[in-house]
Amino acid sequence: MGDVIAMMFNTAVFAAALRMATPLIFAALGGIFSERSGVVNIALEGMMLTGAFTAMFVTYHTGMPWVGVLGAMLAGGLIGLIHAIFCVRYRANQVVTGTAINIFAGGLTVFLLRFFFGTAGTSPSVTTIPDITLPVLSSIPWIDRILGRQNPLVYLALVAVVVVHIVIYKTPWGLRLRAVGEHPRAADTVGVNVFKMRYISVVISGALAGLGGTYLSIAHLSRFSEGMTAGRGFIALAAVIFGKWTPLGALGACLFFGYADALQMRLQDIGIPTQFMNMLPYVLTMVALAGFIGRAVGPKASGEPYIKG
Amino acid sequence: MGKVLEMRAITKQFPRVLANDKVDFDLNHGEIHALVGENGSGKSTLMSILYGLYQKDGGEIIVRGQPVQITEPRQAIDLKIGMVFQHFMLIEPLTVAENIVLGSEIRKGPFLDHKRMVSEVERLSEEYGLKIDPNAKVADLSVGLQQRVEILKALYRGADILILDEPTAVLTPQEVEDLFEVLNTLKSKGTSIVFITHKIKEVLAVSDRVSVLRRGKKIGTKSTAETNEQELAEMMVGRVVLLRVEKGPAKPGREVLRLDGVTVKDQFGHVKVNNVSLTVRSGEVLGIAGVEGNGQSELVEAIAGLTKVAGGSIHLSNQDITGWSPLRVRRAGFGLVPEDRHRRGLVLDYSVADNLILGLHGSKPFVHNGLRSEKKIAEHAEELIRDYDIRPPVASQPARALSGGNQQKIVVAREFTQNPDLLICSQPTRGVDVGAIEFIHQQVIAQRDQGAAVLLVSAELDEVLSLSDRVAVMYNGEIVNVMPIEEVTEHKLGFLMLGGRPEEYDANEVSGSADQD
Repeated sequence: MGDVIAMMFNTAVFAAALRMATPLIFAALGGIFSERSGVVNIALEGMMLTGAFTAMFVTYHTGMPWVGVLGAMLAGGLIGLIHAIFCVRYRANQVVTGTAINIFAGGLTVFLLRFFFGTAGTSPSVTTIPDITLPVLSSIPWIDRILGRQNPLVYLALVAVVVVHIVIYKTPWGLRLRAVGEHPRAADTVGVNVFKMRYISVVISGALAGLGGTYLSIAHLSRFSEGMTAGRGFIALAAVIFGKWTPLGALGACLFFGYADALQMRLQDIGIPTQFMNMLPYVLTMVALAGFIGRAVGPKASGEPYIKG
Repeated sequence: MGKVLEMRAITKQFPRVLANDKVDFDLNHGEIHALVGENGSGKSTLMSILYGLYQKDGGEIIVRGQPVQITEPRQAIDLKIGMVFQHFMLIEPLTVAENIVLGSEIRKGPFLDHKRMVSEVERLSEEYGLKIDPNAKVADLSVGLQQRVEILKALYRGADILILDEPTAVLTPQEVEDLFEVLNTLKSKGTSIVFITHKIKEVLAVSDRVSVLRRGKKIGTKSTAETNEQELAEMMVGRVVLLRVEKGPAKPGREVLRLDGVTVKDQFGHVKVNNVSLTVRSGEVLGIAGVEGNGQSELVEAIAGLTKVAGGSIHLSNQDITGWSPLRVRRAGFGLVPEDRHRRGLVLDYSVADNLILGLHGSKPFVHNGLRSEKKIAEHAEELIRDYDIRPPVASQPARALSGGNQQKIVVAREFTQNPDLLICSQPTRGVDVGAIEFIHQQVIAQRDQGAAVLLVSAELDEVLSLSDRVAVMYNGEIVNVMPIEEVTEHKLGFLMLGGRPEEYDANEVSGSADQD
């Protein structure tokens, strides 16, 4: 038992938690943009997967992982655009559209993998984004072992949380974003273009989810494998709700899930069946959603297409 | 004073109705122009066209002498036209200041300038006497204050033409008075106001001119000083309207409803109805007057079996019905016109015919061998639609498609034709137009004369005064006073509704009349 306690407060576990949380943070931030604008984005999973594939694919051909990051964001944004066209323009059911995108992305990435590489399962290995050492943080004791040396994408995720927080709460655009997801007609009557806001938000959502996928294929690992997101898009969605649709709240939730994930990997070594540990993040999500944070009230108009007039 | 706005021959065709038929309307600088008509007469459509929410099919709009095309609210805002909607266009989780500036934010570089937003709102609220806390969350504000935010929104955008769409529908009498004061302040500062309503008293109280629409057509424009209640009602409805209910004296019979010390608590354990005892006899109307939220709704729900009784007993025709289910209470001879027809009275997506049998849908003759008897249901609907003049007379239409007045007629028809021993009418004419009010009032009296015991709950003083044989005043969960109608004055009711004690009133009256002598 002492082992377990020691492990729970191990800096290596904390560092791993941060790494596991990184793709979730990007995707959750994406989810926040989309849901805040009034579009349910259950397609985060598919957008991440597309991002993961594209990052690998572009890096494979250019040898430049940062170009891969760009490609992944574009691909994610493109999927977002598709989602937006269906949900905003054609007022399709957002959950159904999202599910379709997830299935589509799953199939497409498998197809492309086989088409371009002739392999099933995993892609060839590609260049990854190397870890970096941050000068200041690496000189603080204890902190350095968690934050001192990490992947640039990990730092980027933390910066992104702050940026998104500022965008949503401190800028005119963010005020409009909060308005269109809550009461689109009210926003419309003061001259805010609801459709435009939703298109932009869902595209940003896709780009961020794609960025999250990037971390999986060219930072955490150095290859793409089929279905490698393994439900992280849904966990990110849970983090959005858990964090009450706020960037800081979602960050907390993602770190929490990342921590459960990291702990789970360690605890496998001491004889607790993996299956139980794999359940941990999901069980914690349900417990959290059911009781701890009270009723999660999201943007009121989320999920409802806006009809003018 | 010149015209700030002219609308000429505005026509708007909706798929099934001609909402505006060559309507002319104009607005003078610094006047309050009331736009009245029954529900569905085209008032809101006309103003929505002005605000760019609908596109007109014909006619022209001239603002400050310039012909304009308004296809977007944005353009209306740029023309300094503001609109306060009946259903507020506010974003509840945001603050007052955020709601006010939305769409025309004050920036500091790429960011919101929060400080200046707040100070700007403070400046406006001071200038126009609209007190409000800029940092309060809109969700936490009362309806009256939310409306204030709406008005400030328009003023912030520089509106000097302000349209208010049925602004009093959601307000308490006190809030209505506050609003009128605000409108007069705005007027004195040069704002021109269009005031949409269907309440004639309000027109007379606040407007300078009044235009009447009926079924999409403009009937006429009058100077308010040169018209009166009767004339306006006739213009709205298109025939002579009886504003006073004609009724003979009550012939009270046996005791039908008896409440003994009834107490009701809400879900948080707060006492909403406190130890209320009342009786209602057959053949009489007992009116309960009171500002809304003083326990009337809870009292009605307790009698109807919709909410639990925490103490006391309820007897209906000498049976103890305390704690009975709503269906059982209904079957014991009870009919209810609920205060909110959308929540309690109708299933809006059901047809008129099905709504007319709600609550009876499981009984003969509407069920035969366990299946719906479509023929009986249709016959029933046809009969009630005819007797209660429900328009349009189409049984298969969803209730949602009908005007408020006709929706209410569905509820009234269903409840009244059961000839219940006890009939409770809660806000029976809320959101109902003049013609339908007259009809519903006549039906209530007809029920009384047939021997029903009627309990009337209404926030409209006029309604209580004209229908009741006895009047009870409810304040803070208690019945303050029950008096025969002969002893009631509007002034006394107002005094009691705001928490005054009957003894105090009598004392004041005595000293008051002494002063006059």
